Amino acid sequence: MDCFTIDDLNLYYGGFHALKNINLEIEAGKITSFIGPSGCGKSSLLKTLNRMNDLVEDCRLTGSIELFGEDIYKDMDVNTLRKRVGMVFQKSNLFPMSIYDNIAFGPRTHGVKAKYALDEIVENSLRSAALWDEVKDRLKKPALALSGGQQQRLCIARALAISPEVLLMDEPTSALDPISTGKIEELVLTLKKDYSIIMVTHNMQQATRISDKTAFFLFGEVIEYNNTDRLFSLPQDKRTEDYITGRFG
Amino acid sequence: MKNQKNFERIMGILTWGAAALTLGVLAFIIGFILFKGVPHLKPSLIAFSYNSENVSLMPGLISTILMTLLSLAISVPVGVFAAIYLTEYAKRGSKLVSLVRLTTETLSGIPSIIYGLFGLLFFVTYLGWGFSLLAGAFTLSIMILPLIMRSCEEAIHSVPDVLREGAFGLGAGKLRTILKIVLPSALPGIFAGIILAIGRIVGETAALIYTAGTVAQIPKSPLSSVRTLSVHMYALSGEGLHTNESYATAVVLLLVVVAINTLSAKIVKSIGVK
Repeated sequence: MDCFTIDDLNLYYGGFHALKNINLEIEAGKITSFIGPSGCGKSSLLKTLNRMNDLVEDCRLTGSIELFGEDIYKDMDVNTLRKRVGMVFQKSNLFPMSIYDNIAFGPRTHGVKAKYALDEIVENSLRSAALWDEVKDRLKKPALALSGGQQQRLCIARALAISPEVLLMDEPTSALDPISTGKIEELVLTLKKDYSIIMVTHNMQQATRISDKTAFFLFGEVIEYNNTDRLFSLPQDKRTEDYITGRFG
Repeated sequence: MKNQKNFERIMGILTWGAAALTLGVLAFIIGFILFKGVPHLKPSLIAFSYNSENVSLMPGLISTILMTLLSLAISVPVGVFAAIYLTEYAKRGSKLVSLVRLTTETLSGIPSIIYGLFGLLFFVTYLGWGFSLLAGAFTLSIMILPLIMRSCEEAIHSVPDVLREGAFGLGAGKLRTILKIVLPSALPGIFAGIILAIGRIVGETAALIYTAGTVAQIPKSPLSSVRTLSVHMYALSGEGLHTNESYATAVVLLLVVVAINTLSAKIVKSIGVK
């Protein structure tokens, strides 16, 4: 089953044509990575999937994107969409509040008020993000006192707290050291059983390590989209081959 | 090589000298006021009523506090909401924004006596409020509005966009994002603006003489004429009969300002970013 169906998508920032005729079916319950050199449009596509591009002035798009059959630009309230499609950003963007309040922000936004319910969500989200044991004694402490890797896992926990169906990750490990990166990758693999995950990465090893499918982007186009092992071992397009063998990018 | 060393030494002396001079002037003023004023601080100065024998500062102190609270109550909500509109809702680079910005900048450069004259013509005469606490507070709130708006705008601007994205990404609407994420993060900056505004209110004389009058009494209603501490000092030293009491009043005014600043800093700390 596909979680996202993208049809003839074109995206423009003012006069700049950032995404050109994108057609992709993204499978549910899998990890899909978007790879490609900087400025190739992979992050732009990710941001159209939960309509974060709405915040960019002069951004306009044609074509359609469906989430489990519903057009996200026509039939759906944007806040509902963002509840169903969570996002983890490149750099941790925790709020200057306690660990607990950071996680509770999402559920509170969507109407959860009872303390016992919030407590439960906070604990479950932290457990899912493999962070519970490290922070359970300091839930009321400021989130910004955590280490970089912990902060990013807390961002993941925060995204999980509103129980999304899809999780978008925009280069979630690019600002982290190898050990923290390893922990996040491990975590992403365990999350796969409950969520569909779409991840933008600069790191091709990361894409091969954890993703099931990979899309290669260049100059706003999807050059090749295939099972990860296939794309890396037997690229069909010369440009993909050049990129993954390190000839450019 | 040698030249550079000399240059460095001269610059070092100059910067040190500038710092010392600044500190020295401040210390001299405070010392002078304390020296002249403290010996004349008498219990009779804080009697609840003023008369020509006992120039009590109590009515002035109470009027100052009331004037400050009332002016802030009027201008802070307007200023904060205007700043939110300008930074979060108005389109970037829109004509309205640049017009409002131009207006506020012009307003903040106008001498306070002009505000006083405006207040006299509009609030005191046209609206018929007479010399009153209310007319004074409205005049002052117009005067400090640009200051508050400007500092709020800057404080809101300095909240990183990634926090807004984080909130939007969790499905929070614009209003919730502003109220729960942006404003709390901007609070220290907003308070800094309010403290500056308090400084201007407490120190203002020209605008108040024309709008709140100079009657030294504890106001019975918003339409009573009042005399704030600064105006009180101005009146005392102008009359020339109670110079010592004028210095004593200055000591109290100084304490009030220090107290307000400390209190505000405490408030910022307790509600601000942890």
